[in-house]
Amino acid sequence: MSETAITMPGQARPARPVPRRSWLSEIPDLLTRIVAGVIATAAVGYVVGFTLWTVLISFTDSTLLPEYNFVGFKHYWQLLNSRIWQVAYLNLTIYGLGFILGATGVGLLLAILIDQKIRGENVLRTIYLYPMALSFVVTGTVWAWLLNPTIGVEQFVRGLGWTQFKFGWLVDRDLAIYCVVIAAIWQASGFAMALFLAGLRSLDGDLYKAAAIDGASPARMYLRIMVPAIWPIVVSVLVILLQTAIKTYDLVRALTAGGPGIATTLPTNVVYDYMFQRGLMGAGSAAAVMLLLSLLIVLLPYAIFQRLRRGKGGGHG
Amino acid sequence: MSALSVEGLRVRFGSVEVLKSVDLAIESGEFIVLVGPSGCGKSTLLNVIAGLEQATEGRIEIGGREVTGVPPKDRDIAMVFQTYALYPAMTVRGNITFGMECRGVAKAEQQAAVARVAKLLQIEHLLDRRPAQLSGGQRQRVAMGRALVRDPVLFLFDEPLSNLDAKLRVEMRMEIKRLHQRIGTTMVYVTHDQVEAMTLATRIAVMNGGHIQQFADPQTIYDEPANLFVARFMGSPPMNALPAKLVASGSEIAAMVGPDAATAVPLPNATAAMKGWVGREVVLGIRPECITLPDGKQDTRPGPSLPATVEMIEPTGAETMALIRVGQSEVMARMRPDARPAVGSTASFAIDTAKACLFDPKTESRIA
Ligand SMILES: Nc1ncnc2c1ncn2[C@@H]1O[C@H](COP(=O)(O)OP(=O)(O)O)[C@@H](O)[C@H]1O
Ligand SMILES: [Mg+2]
Repeated sequence: MSETAITMPGQARPARPVPRRSWLSEIPDLLTRIVAGVIATAAVGYVVGFTLWTVLISFTDSTLLPEYNFVGFKHYWQLLNSRIWQVAYLNLTIYGLGFILGATGVGLLLAILIDQKIRGENVLRTIYLYPMALSFVVTGTVWAWLLNPTIGVEQFVRGLGWTQFKFGWLVDRDLAIYCVVIAAIWQASGFAMALFLAGLRSLDGDLYKAAAIDGASPARMYLRIMVPAIWPIVVSVLVILLQTAIKTYDLVRALTAGGPGIATTLPTNVVYDYMFQRGLMGAGSAAAVMLLLSLLIVLLPYAIFQRLRRGKGGGHG
Repeated sequence: MSALSVEGLRVRFGSVEVLKSVDLAIESGEFIVLVGPSGCGKSTLLNVIAGLEQATEGRIEIGGREVTGVPPKDRDIAMVFQTYALYPAMTVRGNITFGMECRGVAKAEQQAAVARVAKLLQIEHLLDRRPAQLSGGQRQRVAMGRALVRDPVLFLFDEPLSNLDAKLRVEMRMEIKRLHQRIGTTMVYVTHDQVEAMTLATRIAVMNGGHIQQFADPQTIYDEPANLFVARFMGSPPMNALPAKLVASGSEIAAMVGPDAATAVPLPNATAAMKGWVGREVVLGIRPECITLPDGKQDTRPGPSLPATVEMIEPTGAETMALIRVGQSEVMARMRPDARPAVGSTASFAIDTAKACLFDPKTESRIA
């Protein structure tokens, strides 16, 4: 993979030899180190500190304020057996799979289309990247309007003359979660496209010529040559989308508010609900810790994969 | 049989005309080298022949068949790229079989073809590696293997050796030549390296500025360059070009490269066309090896000699090059390895004018 010059996020750069300098020139350097050190310490302190504290609280019976009367795994068992938690995780599974595969697929397709026809590329790229610049709240609100049966697409199509047209997914218990999926795909596929396009563009242009002489159809060329060649980027995009999916909270808040009923609730919404709506800090913390664990279950294999790949590649990674 | 014929080919990218009326007729079994400086349109010509780029005008025939509008895969060609363009995620075997896979060739047949090519190129032990795990020379071989397995009527090479180090380049050059002698398929080989051109080609096409300047066998290109560009481009160091005035002395003519008669270089082989230029300004072209320091040991023909100041010497081991000043011009001379004329001294250099050329200073064409 070394020729394709793909750099992975989080991949360490080789250390450069530092030339010797006088002590005077090291003052700004020292200052930088101190400032960076303070910030890093604070950040690590907050993240690690509050994570540990949340874990601690999750074993207590805290309600509105933290208390330290330990109850063991009580909240965990209750959560695992509660309907809302089961619904939330089922939703997360549907949403996660649909969103990740959808955004990756749409992003890849857009990247390939743009890669094929270079004309107007900048305009297209900007158009598809714009949703990324929006917050999930805006996306959620806009799609809430679009999908609302009384003011959105349904009304528009009826206005065109199809008076029997129905598009009521948003208010349908079983289908509302797919509205969340669609809105999230719309938001993230531009990002996926930008990364894939950058990857495709980093490939040697002669590859396309070689494939043309070998007689590969466009589909075969991309599936067998180009996409495998940017595989590290594909994996990165999948991982980024995965953790975005698990963290999603605001989209559901703005688009469906978890409804109808609890039909589109995600685990993050449950955490917020316990913590701040119902004032059950112990249970909320337990939910948050379980969410963190699911994130780790997903990200650890990726970290191991990265390490293995770097080791195996022998500098070719 | 004609393997490739190009007639009146023009290629324009927007307002830039990259190829301006190119004609080539290549017989089956030839090894044609397209040589020229970077940016002169060599790759463009190759890409148009391969069908990877569209010609603005003109006609191309491959193996006697007109190929306008025929896609690259159906042109019965194979191409080796400068960057090799190996498919990074496939093994060597996958790289070689991919074309057959696209054409739906049976698996057993594919494996037999891979085995044959791998044996020919001695890459059997590399078949299950990926391109990233190969050295430059090995990638080069795999790229050749991918081309060879197609068994085309025409091979196209685009600077296939320019990414290799000097030693490997010489080795691979010989291997390519051996390969051609063995399989006998027509090859069109692009390079900017005139040594590669001279050593490999049965005929060389020297290109510059979108034109083919001269298309001839290597010896003709070297001895009778069509113009000053070809004279300067081929040969290392290049042919010396001295402004001179043609004068008549008795029945012979001479080129006066300095202000006085002492600098007159007699031209015994002068043609009638040259005689027509008596009394006019010309450019005298002499190869460095035709200017040397005479000494008692070597059999120097009694020829004309020219006084010149030695400005610099460059011993290379096999020979010693000297930059000398003749009149207003700086000239390269090639001397025996142990010659060490003192820098700044004036010496008398022997000149072999048997192969001297004259050029028209305006059009830069050779005066035959
Ligand atoms: N697709 C293209 N669009 C515009 N200009 C091009 C294109 N391809 C090549 N050129 C130009 O054509 C000229 C010849 O290019 P090329 O054939 O690659 O030269 P060479 O291979 O001899 O170095 C160059 O000046 C290059 O900039
Ligand atoms: Mg080129």
